Amino acid sequence: MVNVMDLPEEEYIYPGTRACAGCGMALIYRIALKALGSKTIVTVPASCLTVLHGMQGFCSTKISVYHTPFATTGASASGIRASLEDKGLDEEICVLAFAGDGGTTDIGIQALSGAAERGTNFIFACYDNEAYMNTGVQRSGSTPLGVRTTTTPEGKLGHKKNMPKILEAHGIPYVTTGISSYPLDLFEKFKKARDIFGTKYFHILSPCPPGWGYEPKDTILIGRLAVQTGFWPLYEVINGKFILSKPSSKYLDPSKRKPIEEYLSVQKRFKTLSAQEIEIYKTYINDMWQEIKKRIESQE
Amino acid sequence: MTVSNEKEKVTNENIMILTGNHAAAHAFRQAKVGVISAYPITPQSPVVEKIAEFISEGKLKARFVKVESEHSALAVCCAASATGSRVGTATSAHGLEYMYEMLPWASGNRLPIIINLATRSLGAPWSVWTDHQDFITIRDVGWIQFICENNQEIYDTNLQAFKIAEDPRIFLPAIVAYDGYILSHTMMPVKLENQEEIDGFLPPLKHHINLSDISNVKGIDPVTTPNIIKRAEGTAPGYYEYRYALQKALENSINIIKEVHDEFFKKFGRSYGNGIYKTVDTNDANTIIFTMGSVASQARIAIKKLRTEGLKVGLVSLKLFRPYPAEDLREFFKDKENIIVFDRDIGYGYEGVLSYELKAALYGLKNRPNIKGFIVGLGGRDVKTEHIISGVHKALDAFKKGIFTNKTDFLGLNLEELKDYDESTYFKGG
Repeated sequence: MVNVMDLPEEEYIYPGTRACAGCGMALIYRIALKALGSKTIVTVPASCLTVLHGMQGFCSTKISVYHTPFATTGASASGIRASLEDKGLDEEICVLAFAGDGGTTDIGIQALSGAAERGTNFIFACYDNEAYMNTGVQRSGSTPLGVRTTTTPEGKLGHKKNMPKILEAHGIPYVTTGISSYPLDLFEKFKKARDIFGTKYFHILSPCPPGWGYEPKDTILIGRLAVQTGFWPLYEVINGKFILSKPSSKYLDPSKRKPIEEYLSVQKRFKTLSAQEIEIYKTYINDMWQEIKKRIESQE
Repeated sequence: MTVSNEKEKVTNENIMILTGNHAAAHAFRQAKVGVISAYPITPQSPVVEKIAEFISEGKLKARFVKVESEHSALAVCCAASATGSRVGTATSAHGLEYMYEMLPWASGNRLPIIINLATRSLGAPWSVWTDHQDFITIRDVGWIQFICENNQEIYDTNLQAFKIAEDPRIFLPAIVAYDGYILSHTMMPVKLENQEEIDGFLPPLKHHINLSDISNVKGIDPVTTPNIIKRAEGTAPGYYEYRYALQKALENSINIIKEVHDEFFKKFGRSYGNGIYKTVDTNDANTIIFTMGSVASQARIAIKKLRTEGLKVGLVSLKLFRPYPAEDLREFFKDKENIIVFDRDIGYGYEGVLSYELKAALYGLKNRPNIKGFIVGLGGRDVKTEHIISGVHKALDAFKKGIFTNKTDFLGLNLEELKDYDESTYFKGG
């Protein structure tokens, strides 16, 4: 495991971006670029990252960024990769697609699925703040059960889409989950993914102060609770092999998990959850971990 | 074997019997396109099948990204072009409409992408046959739009289109259209030029954007505000200035299109009018048929017959639809008496697009010609010589009576045969 001293000092994002205070995504992006280094090209659809990148005439990063329409992130990365291959620069340069949950699980799923099926050599990182935050907190396919958004004033019906599982079904060499609260875990995973050939998929939970309803200072805390309650297990699937990541490993034991209420009660978006819905969450988390347990045991 | 025989043999080898789709594919091969991305659709598919064959045989060293939709196809093309490669694709009808979002992205970023369009009507009702509806519905997105009349013209126009699109004075994407089936699937002799000659005519792309040069960090296409932004790092144009520049590039492209057409003629000996429209028998004609693509081919036969009736009829076949060559057309038509326009498309709720655009272009002429438009051949209905002849008679008769109207006039309709048919099953209201 890397420690904080292993992180490169070089910052690839200039100070003073337009991201909100306490933005989980800004931290994820910072760590990803540190891990991937300067020989990287980024492509970004409409999302909060577009906001971070700011207005015309200036690039907020020390790495080139190609902005692309909402549905096209997977295709855009494929185009950059194809051109690099055409120019014989393929080996040197890493292509990173960085999209929000709407741009990944909803409008972007087709282009992403196509790129993964073709085995395109790139990293697709979904930073999941669990709604369309940039456009004013509308529900997405990645919004969890019962969450209040501007288009689900009475709470969202149904659980969030399990995107890592969908990508895993594509048979790609690397799928992982992450969260902004464990940056070293993220750093290590991006480093690892850079050296794997083929499509690499990251699904990274990204706490969002205005969209989730908590104080900006609590971004790390909230993200840790997501892991500690077992709601967001951190893991890797490398060539089909499931590996629980270190921050999540002890939560295989249900008694180590914090009660889910600790995560739900500190966010305004869960304000209207009923007691019945909280019970559904408990079952959801238990079932998820049962499946993980079975999977780990079957590999032994 | 004598020297002269050998020469002849080489020439013969260079003439191939090709469909329009394969003529386009050969042009892509010889233009050394670096990245191709496409999705199958009738009647375009043989273009990309042939390209796949060229690549597998090692005749073309391109990357072919076989995507899951046309939207992705053009998104791949845009990103690959921004990374510095020469790129192209091909599509038809719904495929082009599905690409729509990406069309202004390409032109706004000034990416010199070439699309081959085997034209096809738009559903519903479902149809796979030709008309120009797909071609005309994208007229406002900032692409150069050519339309061809034969397979040699498809090949030649593709080679010219890359040179025009990549001209550093403009950098614009371009579409090369040709009628589905009528050209896409019909075989004709096509002369393929020697690779060396083509390389001389079309040098490698020197792009204004190149993401692959990672030392030159760029943020391509971030949010662009209504107004100019001034900051310590420099001044950046607003959206309005970017779009003004796009319009100017399109206006300026007309001269570049003519220039490249002339250069092509000097090098390869083939020309298509002045590169923006073609004329037949117009010198002594006071009545001109104005149309494009497959309808123009049919009109070539119609004017011969009309002339045997003693009518002085000529033809203008539009090759460049966008940018619209209004000034050239105004100059050409200033002394003409009658213009009869045949549209294989319609601006629904108004009239044929060629018809109303020509009327607008000639507004302000001292002696405005009489103009009447007809709709023909939607959804692959045969456009017959007799339809064009009857249209000319009908129009001349209306002009004589002083009747001028924007009402659409459909030629070749067979409503009579449907008189016992329950109208509500094919249209409401009647």
